[in-house]
Amino acid sequence: MLETFGHLPVSWLLFAVVAAAGFVAFFVGRTNAVAIANGGTARLNSQPNYHGYFVAMATVVPAILVLGLYSLVGDSVVRGELANELPQRIRDLSQIELSQYIDRIAEHAARRDAQATGNALFDAASARYTDLLGISRLVAIALALLAAGAGFFMARRKLAVEFRARARVEDGIKLVLFLCAAIAVLTTIGIVASLLFEAVRFFSKVNFFSFIFGTEWNAQTGADFGAIPLFFGTFMIASLAMLVAAPIGLLSAIYLSEYASARFRSVVKPVLELLAGIPTVVYGFFALQFVAPVVRAAATWINALPFVPDTFLAAQPTSALAAGLVMGVMIIPFVSSLSDDVINAVPQTLRDGAYAMGATKSETVKQVVMPAALPGVIAALLLAVSRAIGETMIVVMAAGQRAQITGDPTADLTTITVQIVALLTGDTEFDSPKTLSAFALGFVLFIVTLIFNLIALRVVQKYREKYE
Amino acid sequence: MNSPDPQTPPKGSFVTEKALKRLKKRHAAEARFKFYGQAAIGIAVVALCTLLVSIIGQATSAFSRNVLSFDVTIAASEVDPEGTKDPEEIARNVSGFNLLLQDSLSEQFLPEDAGRPLQRELYGLFTRLAVLPIARKTADNMSTIGTRQTFDVALADDVDLFLKGGVTDRKNINLGGLQAITGSLEDGVQIRLKDDATIKRLDDALSDFTPEGTDTSKPTALVNIGDTWFRLAGRDGAALDLTYIAGTRSLPSEAAKTTALVLAQSQENRTLSDRQIAWTMILKKEGRIQSVFNTSLFTHSDSTYPELAGAAAAIVGSLLTMLITALLAIPVGIFAAVYLEEFAKKNRLTDFIEVNINNLAAVPSIVFGLLGAAVFINFLGMPRSVPLVGGLVLGLLVLPTVIIASRAALKSVPPSIRTAALGVGASKTQSVFHHVLPLAAPGILTGSIIGMARALGETAPLLLIGMVAFVAEVPDGPMDESTVLPVLIYKWSTGAERAWEPMTAAAIIILLIFLVMMNLIAIILRRRFERRW
Repeated sequence: MLETFGHLPVSWLLFAVVAAAGFVAFFVGRTNAVAIANGGTARLNSQPNYHGYFVAMATVVPAILVLGLYSLVGDSVVRGELANELPQRIRDLSQIELSQYIDRIAEHAARRDAQATGNALFDAASARYTDLLGISRLVAIALALLAAGAGFFMARRKLAVEFRARARVEDGIKLVLFLCAAIAVLTTIGIVASLLFEAVRFFSKVNFFSFIFGTEWNAQTGADFGAIPLFFGTFMIASLAMLVAAPIGLLSAIYLSEYASARFRSVVKPVLELLAGIPTVVYGFFALQFVAPVVRAAATWINALPFVPDTFLAAQPTSALAAGLVMGVMIIPFVSSLSDDVINAVPQTLRDGAYAMGATKSETVKQVVMPAALPGVIAALLLAVSRAIGETMIVVMAAGQRAQITGDPTADLTTITVQIVALLTGDTEFDSPKTLSAFALGFVLFIVTLIFNLIALRVVQKYREKYE
Repeated sequence: MNSPDPQTPPKGSFVTEKALKRLKKRHAAEARFKFYGQAAIGIAVVALCTLLVSIIGQATSAFSRNVLSFDVTIAASEVDPEGTKDPEEIARNVSGFNLLLQDSLSEQFLPEDAGRPLQRELYGLFTRLAVLPIARKTADNMSTIGTRQTFDVALADDVDLFLKGGVTDRKNINLGGLQAITGSLEDGVQIRLKDDATIKRLDDALSDFTPEGTDTSKPTALVNIGDTWFRLAGRDGAALDLTYIAGTRSLPSEAAKTTALVLAQSQENRTLSDRQIAWTMILKKEGRIQSVFNTSLFTHSDSTYPELAGAAAAIVGSLLTMLITALLAIPVGIFAAVYLEEFAKKNRLTDFIEVNINNLAAVPSIVFGLLGAAVFINFLGMPRSVPLVGGLVLGLLVLPTVIIASRAALKSVPPSIRTAALGVGASKTQSVFHHVLPLAAPGILTGSIIGMARALGETAPLLLIGMVAFVAEVPDGPMDESTVLPVLIYKWSTGAERAWEPMTAAAIIILLIFLVMMNLIAIILRRRFERRW
């Protein structure tokens, strides 16, 4: 019995039971309300349905809370209990070894068709684990039933003619809505906490200053953790991308909002937005397959010019320039649509004033519209830079892996994001400095992009309010 | 009245010569500025077109596949040597089916005394696992054992690539008729061509392919006379020395048609040997090699062999992941938007939530991967590489997008609707859920679909939670190991063999088709339900 319970896919079962309990509670509550009103439901403060909802809510929510708590702590309680029952010689193992041993037991126990391994202790422990799991589940379910029952009866006692069931139910709904909104905050907290926690562990092993100011990066071997070459590579590629995206994006935004006819605009705008909808892995493939060879050929050609020394450009198969160019193309729509918004937000009266003074269209744009839109445009560019810094797939595929500092854009460079991917794909043990360094890098990346975003959002907000 | 003198404008006029000059300059500047704008848009559009055209161009070759059809009697002794009659055993017996295929090929092409290297060369025309579909088909229909059947097997990726024009540059030359043919297959054959002009063409082709300054990579010429293939070994004037490599083992007649296939690289420098090319050409001439639509792209899972690899597992994995993402992001996003837009009082807390959401929308996606790796996998101990974790990570990633879009949709519902609902006695909640939300639904749906499209193309966070693992089976549920389309694209693009490139491009096309469909739905919804208040 215990064993079968230890094996059952309980979550689906519980879901069905809880849902059924909710339905039953709803109908009981509704019927009760009608009974209280003696059929004259108009006398009720709230409609019978709301009484039903109220009872259902009071029944289901405590049960869900109990089960949610169980899913968080249940497993570790079972493991702790099992660890206590294991013989002394195993309990004497180090913390990590012990938890690995229990992992193996849990994995073995989870397989229903698992054969006995022949190791008596292991088999016994595995059987015991299944039993304990069964017990813990039964206890949790009993507690949940208890909570549900208590909620159900308490709620039923409350029902009365003047009971404001609707208000109660709506308070509950509001709470759910608030919790949903809070998930965004929880995500941020989760991000900051996990990055910070792992980064602190990293810095307990590697000196903070040698990370921030070191110029040697050999994380794969766990030797050197000087991140300057990565910062440099990120900066270099982001700058190249902005050199492409800023002028093209800005000029096309100006053309679209000031010059283009409505028809032209309605065709070209979606086309530009298409660029933003293409997955970055596709850009990465494009950069690797088509742009990188072209860049390399161009670099070799320049090297072959008579007045240029042979090794002037590195002409690597993957290069910062290839990644930067393609990333620039990817960012164009961000710059253009954001700047388009700000340019459109500049009031027509300013333009009309300039035209009345005899200014041409371009003069108006350059001397009136752009200065007025400047804060917004800068914000757009900042957001674009933040995109470029955080972009991953293009650089992973086309920028190379070598951590070096060089001004040559045809050399292969590596970036923060490339290193995070390189360090965290494959085996990841969460206690080697190699893995932890990825979180330290992630933390730097998060902070830098956060600063850019905050400034940009603040500027955009401030600027919008000025014309409203 | 005197008309004004055009040469000397009246005093006090703005229309001076200097002003006219300046005006011209200003107009030129105007035209230049306009041109810059057009050029910028032009560059962006050209970049987009280049990207699409180059990828579609690459992909086209992956949508077709060259298969070899062969007749074989499915001998029970080969495919079911132990006589188990168990379909699973038969489906697993790859070597048995391989033997059938190999025997049928060697019967046609190899002499009795062929050594191992020659056999290996011939069997290299297809991969070991290529017979797997045949094995499955036979296992499904056991009555075919012992009968004669015709099957199509996928050729090895290099052969496929060669037939599609890859591997090496080549030129076909018609050498016309033969004047004389002497010698023997064992010791070398000499031929003399009727027409000396063809020799010149052969020479031209050979020298065309000879790279300047190097003599390491010499072009090769394969000569086909009738059904026999030779390699050009040397030349003495109009007489050609040939070495037999493949085909009918007898001296061809002088009347046979003679052609030459000039290849840019010698066999040391390519992935196919001369003999393999000759065999392929013979099979093709017999009509046994056909180009068919590559269905395995949609029905097969990932494989280490490009000719057998397909995207089925990744498509299913993507769908499962999207399901989890949608279950998390859409309801939570809508509820959060409803709270912020309809219920939240303007205070510090809601301000903070709002700033937070805007910020979260701009956090690099890889950071969400770090979150998933640290929280879901390390802290909560969830398994790696499963759609559940991937979906959760992507759900958190697109949540801000859905919230922002839903808020915009809610905002566009005019306040009069709310007031009217409240006026007839609805509570705030009722006015929102019965009136505002249904009216905002199209906008919310559009935003959600666009958010999901973004999630579908996301790669980096999934790499960090291990969805880059090799998955050969179509996943059954959200707790099964699986991969998704963008990650498959990334993985295939790093494959060493050339054949992965068209495969990658084809997978990209599949992904883009999904994305285009989602965006089309969003556009149609917007068009159909857009309402001006």
